[in-house]
Amino acid sequence: MQQPMGRSLWYDAWAVLRRNRAAITALIILAAFSIAVIVGPWFSSYSIDATDWDNISIAPTISGGHWFGTDALGRDLLVRTLQGGRISLLVGIVATLVSLVIGITYGAVSGYLGGRVDQVMMRIVDILYALPFMFLVILLMVFFGRNILLIFVAIGAINWLDMARIVRGQTLSLKNQEFIEAARAGGVTTAHIIRRHIVPNLLGVVAVYVTLTIPQVILVESFLSFLGLGVQEPMTSWGALVNEGAQEMENAPWMLIFPAIFLTITLFCFNFLGDGLRDALDPRDRGASL
Amino acid sequence: MRALPETILSVDGLNVTFATPDGPVYAVQDLNFKVETGETLGIVGESGSGKSQTVLALLGLLAANGAAAGRALFGGKDLLALPESHLRTIRGAQIAMIFQDPMTSLNPYLTIGKQMSTVLRLHQGMDRRAAWHQCEALLDAVQITAARRRLGMYPHELSGGMRQRVMIATALLCKPALLIADEPTTALDVTVQAQILDLMHELRSEFSTSIILITHDLGVVAGSCDRVLVMHEGIKEESGSTADVFYRSTNDYTRTLLDAVPRLDGEHADPIREALTDDVEPVLSAKGVSVEFSVPGDRLFVAPKVLRAVDDIHIEVRPGETVGIVGESGCGKSTLARAILRLVDSCGGTTCLLNRDLSTLDKEELRSTRRDMQMIFQDPLASLNPRMTIGRIIAEPLDTFFPQLDTEDRSRRVADMLTRVGLDPSCVNRYPHEFSGGQCQRIGIARALISQPRLLICDEVVSALDVTVQAQIIQLLIDLQQKLDLAIVFIAHDLAVVRRISHRVIVMYLGKAVEIAATDRLFLRPRHPYTRALIAAAPVPDPEVECGRQHVTVRGEVSSPLENLAGCGFRSRCLDAVAECEKCPPVMELHDGTWVACHQPQLRII
Repeated sequence: MQQPMGRSLWYDAWAVLRRNRAAITALIILAAFSIAVIVGPWFSSYSIDATDWDNISIAPTISGGHWFGTDALGRDLLVRTLQGGRISLLVGIVATLVSLVIGITYGAVSGYLGGRVDQVMMRIVDILYALPFMFLVILLMVFFGRNILLIFVAIGAINWLDMARIVRGQTLSLKNQEFIEAARAGGVTTAHIIRRHIVPNLLGVVAVYVTLTIPQVILVESFLSFLGLGVQEPMTSWGALVNEGAQEMENAPWMLIFPAIFLTITLFCFNFLGDGLRDALDPRDRGASL
Repeated sequence: MRALPETILSVDGLNVTFATPDGPVYAVQDLNFKVETGETLGIVGESGSGKSQTVLALLGLLAANGAAAGRALFGGKDLLALPESHLRTIRGAQIAMIFQDPMTSLNPYLTIGKQMSTVLRLHQGMDRRAAWHQCEALLDAVQITAARRRLGMYPHELSGGMRQRVMIATALLCKPALLIADEPTTALDVTVQAQILDLMHELRSEFSTSIILITHDLGVVAGSCDRVLVMHEGIKEESGSTADVFYRSTNDYTRTLLDAVPRLDGEHADPIREALTDDVEPVLSAKGVSVEFSVPGDRLFVAPKVLRAVDDIHIEVRPGETVGIVGESGCGKSTLARAILRLVDSCGGTTCLLNRDLSTLDKEELRSTRRDMQMIFQDPLASLNPRMTIGRIIAEPLDTFFPQLDTEDRSRRVADMLTRVGLDPSCVNRYPHEFSGGQCQRIGIARALISQPRLLICDEVVSALDVTVQAQIIQLLIDLQQKLDLAIVFIAHDLAVVRRISHRVIVMYLGKAVEIAATDRLFLRPRHPYTRALIAAAPVPDPEVECGRQHVTVRGEVSSPLENLAGCGFRSRCLDAVAECEKCPPVMELHDGTWVACHQPQLRII
């Protein structure tokens, strides 16, 4: 079949989003940040763990080559900030993807099947909710040692619970719609109904929730790193950098300022993008154009 | 002698425009009309004709992106030029409005008395007690029994008809000079509609108000309006006295509209379809179908109540035959359809499709049997997945039942089907929201028929459509039925529509079949008092017929199916009920093949 000529929901949403200046600016900044943190460290003449013995804890200089200055161990802060961005964005995106896949599947199945299955599945979610998050992380650290993968697992394991609840709620209202009944009457199998009819109709809500989850996950990772449970030296993340910077705030403020600026701008951008997406995907906002 | 009629509202060159991202939409264009004291003006039109926007503009209630221009003189003041603060003192006091859905227009958190008395305290500065008394008097006026007790109730404790009565009473509290009713009976059952229209008619003379009645139903207009204004796409097509518009109209659009309305009465009635011979093997044969739901008790540790939504229904449909199922909301007709298709589980009886007992099939067998039985739904747009293209929607049954088809074969069949239902095959790549209601319903029909089913169940398929589109869809179904020899079960609340398409009709009340008869016999000689009430209550688009008719032949509203009355379920509303009715009515077959469940059907022959 040829490409659809009609306007799809995503086409319409994109048209609305493009008119939203804040969201588009946010999108451009995020893209620039992503490229910078991925390729930036390769072009730097410093590495994240090399000490520059001549320039320990110096303020930012253009001529000295350390644009963001160096930390107390003489490591270049620019390359460390970029490297930290890799970890922070990676945690944000991977953990969100994990929670997305598990959450949508779990929530859609639970909501669609309903009845006793739903009861059991949702009670499991409740039990997992009741586990204290910090306790879980510390437990994991004790058993498996500090490991970046563990952070992904721990954060993903907590975040999919929210996603599952949201998706289940949406599914409950979707499954009483006539087109679902039409599919049932038409003999479509349950798996197909969930995949073809339920999930595509959830995407609007999910897309918005994802942009709100990514900053949340970055913050959680920062929090863990701040407590010393996050990434391990010499690797770093924005959260870890802010933590170090906060300790040196009085004699080396740049150690706090630069990572903090990156972290804040990223969070702002995701929030603006989320707001923009929520507006763009809400059909009521463009009802007249349909 | 009556005083000369005085104009209380005169609208001149009204234009309503909405600013949308796709450019301005002209909802109403250059509209002129007058309303005189004590008269009822009917504004008729199909959806999108601008009839509601007209009155919303008068009251200053347009959506934020709407703008009204022109002049609307009411009591010497131009409503369109008044500042909002001034308009507010007129709204509710001198011009009152009744909306379509009585549930959503009442605040669920306030008691009836509180909501009603607010109006009086706001507009007339009455104190609490006086306001309360006034409210009680008005509830009496709209024939609500035990008015004092009702004032302390919340909206959900009242039935739909009762709520609409409360809305009317609220509207009349300040004795407005003009009452605007926007589709006041559309959400109500036909027997309740008849009661409400009757009431409005009485109140008009009692309170000497003028009424603007907005409706899509020409039958309602014929019975209750003095003058009619016909609108189409924002433009006035015609206006004049009701008789002129109905009998002597030269306007093409008005004629199309009138011709499209299926009629129940006398010589104007549409032809009835010939009954089929019954020597053919039935496609569907269901015996004693019953469905029960359990409703949780209202207190903790109280056993759930059992609601018998469908009670012992027999139904047989032969190839090429249409069986109509009529009844008011909550009578179990949709549940019956779902029980036949096994979308809900029935608790008794057998359903045989092409001689296979559906209740014995396992899940996989049942799924493959669905090829032979398909369904079309009430809401044309909601029954199509908004994220799928038309092509994929229609092809879905093919994916399910004929997975061996290749892509080319599949798209050829889809294109073929689209042509059959009267759509352009090139629209396969478009999305449902780009189509109108009637087109969406055609897509629904295409999806249902592409797997070549033998049985088609239509659940209120035309009730969400405009009357001209309704006629087209019904004709399409009849044509397709003849070509494909389909067996159809047609569920509707609208008697005229059922009469047009059905060979036989089952009338349901509270889950039970009260009368089963061939279409002509049912409408010529209705036996059950409920059937007679339904036929009497259905408005007919003919002013003379309407004026001479008695519309209300039942009292009250459908009792809750949970109450489980012993004996005849209809007896609380039946005007001919006798002591015997407390026993379960016998189901008897009369000499002409009609089945009726009543103690004394012979007495009721008209």
